[in-house]
Amino acid sequence: MAVITVDPGTYLRQGDAPVPRDPDPRSLKTKKERGDRVFHTIALTAGLFVLATMGAVGLFLTIEGTDALRATGVGFLTTSEWQPDRGQFGIAAIMLGTFLIAAVAVSTAMPIAMGTALFITDVAPPRLRSWLVSLVDLMAAVPSVIYGLWGLFFFQAAVLGLSRWLTTWFGWIPIFAVDGADPNNPLANTTVYTASAFIAGIVVAMMVMPIQCSVMREVFSQVPIGEREGAFALGATRWGMIRIVSLPFGRGGIIGGTMLGLGRALGETIAVLLIISPKFDINVRVLEAGGNSVASLIALRYSEASPFGLSALFAAGLVLFIVTLMVNFTASWFVRRSRSGASSEA
Amino acid sequence: MTTFETLERLEKAEAAAEAAVEAEIAVEAAAEAPGSGTRIPDVVATNAPPNSLRTLSGMSRDDVLTLLGAGASSLCITWLLFGVLTPLSGPLGFVVVAWAIFLVVYGLMVSMTESRPVMVDKVMSAVLATGAVVAFIALASVIIFTLIKGKDALTTWNLYTQDMSETGPADSITQGGIGHAIVGTLIIIGIAIIVTVPLGLTCAVFLTETNNKLTGFVRTVVDAMTALPSILAGLFIFATWILILGFERSGLAAAVAVSIMMLPIIIRSADVVLRLVPGNLREASAALGAPEWRTVWHVVLPTARPGLATAVILGIARGIGETAPVLLTSGFAASMNVDPRSNAMVSLPLATFEFVRSPQPALIARGFATAAVLMVLVLILFAIARILGGRQAGQVSKRQRRRLQARSARDLRRIEGLDGEDFMYVEPPPVAPLSSSAPIPPPPSPPAPEGVS
Repeated sequence: MAVITVDPGTYLRQGDAPVPRDPDPRSLKTKKERGDRVFHTIALTAGLFVLATMGAVGLFLTIEGTDALRATGVGFLTTSEWQPDRGQFGIAAIMLGTFLIAAVAVSTAMPIAMGTALFITDVAPPRLRSWLVSLVDLMAAVPSVIYGLWGLFFFQAAVLGLSRWLTTWFGWIPIFAVDGADPNNPLANTTVYTASAFIAGIVVAMMVMPIQCSVMREVFSQVPIGEREGAFALGATRWGMIRIVSLPFGRGGIIGGTMLGLGRALGETIAVLLIISPKFDINVRVLEAGGNSVASLIALRYSEASPFGLSALFAAGLVLFIVTLMVNFTASWFVRRSRSGASSEA
Repeated sequence: MTTFETLERLEKAEAAAEAAVEAEIAVEAAAEAPGSGTRIPDVVATNAPPNSLRTLSGMSRDDVLTLLGAGASSLCITWLLFGVLTPLSGPLGFVVVAWAIFLVVYGLMVSMTESRPVMVDKVMSAVLATGAVVAFIALASVIIFTLIKGKDALTTWNLYTQDMSETGPADSITQGGIGHAIVGTLIIIGIAIIVTVPLGLTCAVFLTETNNKLTGFVRTVVDAMTALPSILAGLFIFATWILILGFERSGLAAAVAVSIMMLPIIIRSADVVLRLVPGNLREASAALGAPEWRTVWHVVLPTARPGLATAVILGIARGIGETAPVLLTSGFAASMNVDPRSNAMVSLPLATFEFVRSPQPALIARGFATAAVLMVLVLILFAIARILGGRQAGQVSKRQRRRLQARSARDLRRIEGLDGEDFMYVEPPPVAPLSSSAPIPPPPSPPAPEGVS
């Protein structure tokens, strides 16, 4: 399109005094009325309050944990014992335990979440769809103490067989090895398998699955309709369409959702505390009885801790805080990137 | 302009004015009068958005029979394996083996009649469905198991009316109860609601109504806050409220800690709902000259009301089940405490946790009953949230639509000055000749508006 710019000078006849061009165009400023200014101030305050709360959590964990961190220095990250009053404490073992539980949880929950999400968006009949969405949301709403209860009294007994089977056949992989297990003795006591990171992880998976599923479902439902139809028009089956359109499009959502789940799994307290029996050594044998996590350690020890012991717990909490924050920021970066271009304005 | 043209125009204008007055009178009888008066637009129900996903589900009889056949043969083979041929055992193993055999048999059966891509498609659909089935079974087993184990203690009245102050650990379930935990939960969650609902909704409004760098940052932080480990919320309040400020552990401290957990949930779900409010409603309001706060208060929030209620209820459901923050900031109490400012106040999840940690069977039974009460509470809250939130923003039920239309008709009568039985006949303003520059007399002023509604 051609834009015709007219210089005001061209219209002047010869001899007229030149009209100076307006040096700066009039600025259009919207001045908000008083009601709106108050409204914006209140809204801004609420937003800042949330920021301040999150900042304060980090700040006060740091303040309270400084004593312990100063006393141990780098040793805090490498020591595996937890005896603050003897000066011997660190998060090496409990952090490893936290990650093991989270890893079991995520690797259990992720396939189920992905299957459910794809089933809801692409496979299920429409009437079933809303029911399934409710089901997944309800799973997220069930309190963690109830999952813990279920894991401790019901699921643990059911899964011991699986633990034994895994050790028997895959015991040569270090993760699945169990100290003191005797696969050749059918009457062997199963207590070596109870209260393990594996069982705690699967129970945590129940809490993690709904979050992963809802993030993935949201991303899968934003797959451009044109590309889906295009795949069908080229003769793809439904699975073919999912493989070549939905999965590549939703990759960011899959990664982000999985990591959001990881963030949850790292911080889960009560279910882990109910199931696991605390142990402070570094090992990766997830099927073996005993394990630990930062959150459950705090809940277990805060009441009987000395002031210095409390400071050590705060320091451990600070590490957990930083790790979950990093995981979550990365996750939301992935999710946001996959959503870019999809506008929410109706 | 010729005289003839002017005359013709005048006549037309007069006719139009007459028609307008007639229409105004007709409005009295029927709210939806066609014509030149203000008209209530017909509400056209549109169910499906124009661009919706194509559904490719649906099964032929062949599909169903193939599925059933594969299922039956898989069950039989698994039973043979477990019962007769090999020493396999265990219910979990049975299910897993049966499922694997089912997939193989199903694939074979489909490939007898269909091509390879179709076979892969069918088998993968079955695999995807497995995810949903596993989720369903897990949730159902959690709910049913809790209710069954809690059944004995649930049916005793003392569970709801007594507390644990005079009950020893070995006493039977016919003594003692969780009355104090129910009251404690209600008080804690009540305080948390008072804190979080105004704050959370205001923050959600902030996120939707402003759009700058800060908004994006706040949204990211809220996202991160939803994943804040609950124990850290408890630890934070423990550090500030109890260690630094020196207050005692109390229900109030627990309520504040629970608020920190509820706040991001409410903000996030409210933010999503508010963003779904159609932009043209906001623009219509702005075009009518409403300042932003009036737009938010009278247009955006009412439109999103069901969704906001859902957001709040989901937040409550989350807060009601929080154990760790209450454990750190309030602690367990055996007796009734209705004062949130002092002494420990116990909540249902914390009571559950404390009960089941003891080896006494009676206490464990009470623990399950407590968990069942908590579960029922959460289920009720969730059901309410679903019923309210099933509708999209701005979508109304039939009764609501009738009510809205009636209100709209009332407003119309009021605005057009036809209110009440003794409405005046308003002389139509004399139509000024189009060429004349005489000022048009102002139309009769309507009665003072009774506030925007």
